[in-house]
Amino acid sequence: MEHYISLLLKAIFIENMALAFFLGMCTFLAISKKIEAATGLGIAVVVVLTLTVPVNNLIYNNILREGALSWAGLPDVDLSFLGLITYIGVIAAIVQIMEMILDKYIPALYSALGVFLPLITVNCAIMGAALFMVERDYTFGESVVYGFGAGVGWALAIVALAGIREKLKYSDVPDGLRGLGITFITVGLMSLGFMSFSGISL
Amino acid sequence: MSEVTAKQVLFEPIFSNNPIGLQILGICSALAVTTSMNVTIVMCLSVIAVTAFSNLAVSLVRTQIPGSIRIIVQMTIIASLVIVVDQILKAYAYEISKQLSVFVGLIITNCIVMGRAEGFAMKNGPWLSFLDGIGNGMGYSVMLLFVAFFRELLGAGSLFGVTLLTPVNEGGWYITNGLLLLPPSAFFIIGLAIWGLRAWMPEQVEEEDFKMSRHTHKEAF
Repeated sequence: MEHYISLLLKAIFIENMALAFFLGMCTFLAISKKIEAATGLGIAVVVVLTLTVPVNNLIYNNILREGALSWAGLPDVDLSFLGLITYIGVIAAIVQIMEMILDKYIPALYSALGVFLPLITVNCAIMGAALFMVERDYTFGESVVYGFGAGVGWALAIVALAGIREKLKYSDVPDGLRGLGITFITVGLMSLGFMSFSGISL
Repeated sequence: MSEVTAKQVLFEPIFSNNPIGLQILGICSALAVTTSMNVTIVMCLSVIAVTAFSNLAVSLVRTQIPGSIRIIVQMTIIASLVIVVDQILKAYAYEISKQLSVFVGLIITNCIVMGRAEGFAMKNGPWLSFLDGIGNGMGYSVMLLFVAFFRELLGAGSLFGVTLLTPVNEGGWYITNGLLLLPPSAFFIIGLAIWGLRAWMPEQVEEEDFKMSRHTHKEAF
């Protein structure tokens, strides 16, 4: 149990997807002008990550990994080079399925998430989490915890940035720095802040 | 934009329509792989290759793809190209591919590749699309190399792994700035680079959300 809690905290704070690995930056910068939009996107990312990382984990461990196909009588087959295309296919499919399910059963949430759901397919944080899961060799249980933690960390970062940017728009920023430039510097300062978590040893 | 010349398509994205500085595309990997020039160059070449060939391939099949499944077709083309690049790197530059770790795979979700396939290659012929891919890949590379140059030179005192400023702990004089090897510095450098680019080309400056009003009445004495 302790192991899972420390993995969770590590995924949320120390190895924050957005601020320590720069994943999902495009959407992170594009959709952080308003807090409501940022929250919606954040929730969607948490849900998608919690689903896709474990599913990809199962596929990797049972089909793609070297020797994983021995149950089918093919002990020498190594399909791990197909990983990239499989993960992106799984992610796209899950996002699509989630969109249909939400549309049918929870229309309120569906309309709240709006365009963000399809956008998530090309969010590097989702793909990145799948690749990190493979690289670090997580078990199924760990991958559930990791997916959830990574999502929460990303959501936390984008909501915090949106909060700062909402205040920032009233300030008098030098011409060339306005908009994208100052956002980058703000994110840099946030990332500096999050680095203080790296001192925590779990 | 009816008559675009090959030269425009190739060179516009480098400064005047830079994918990172203006279009906010492909920033994710821009930051994580820029701690040393060697790694950055490999990453840049991979991205140029993938963007160029995915544009070419998408443009060749653009009239055959039904609109409703175009995203998935583009995704499949891009993912296959990235797998090729990944396997080549693993075979010929194993050390660097270890350092790039997941970021080669993340070229798939790099918005530049997707954005150019959707935004340019779907509407233009194969040759122009190919050039557009190279142009945008180069625009991305210019920004990446700029960031990597400062991070490696000031952070480790070297370029391409060759020591230029001998650091103190090796008996030299240069006190390395460790901050530049850490994530936040990449944000600062890109922020400042965008500032510089926009000071040079003022038409890229964004609109203000709120205009500062002038002081209209004097304070009472």
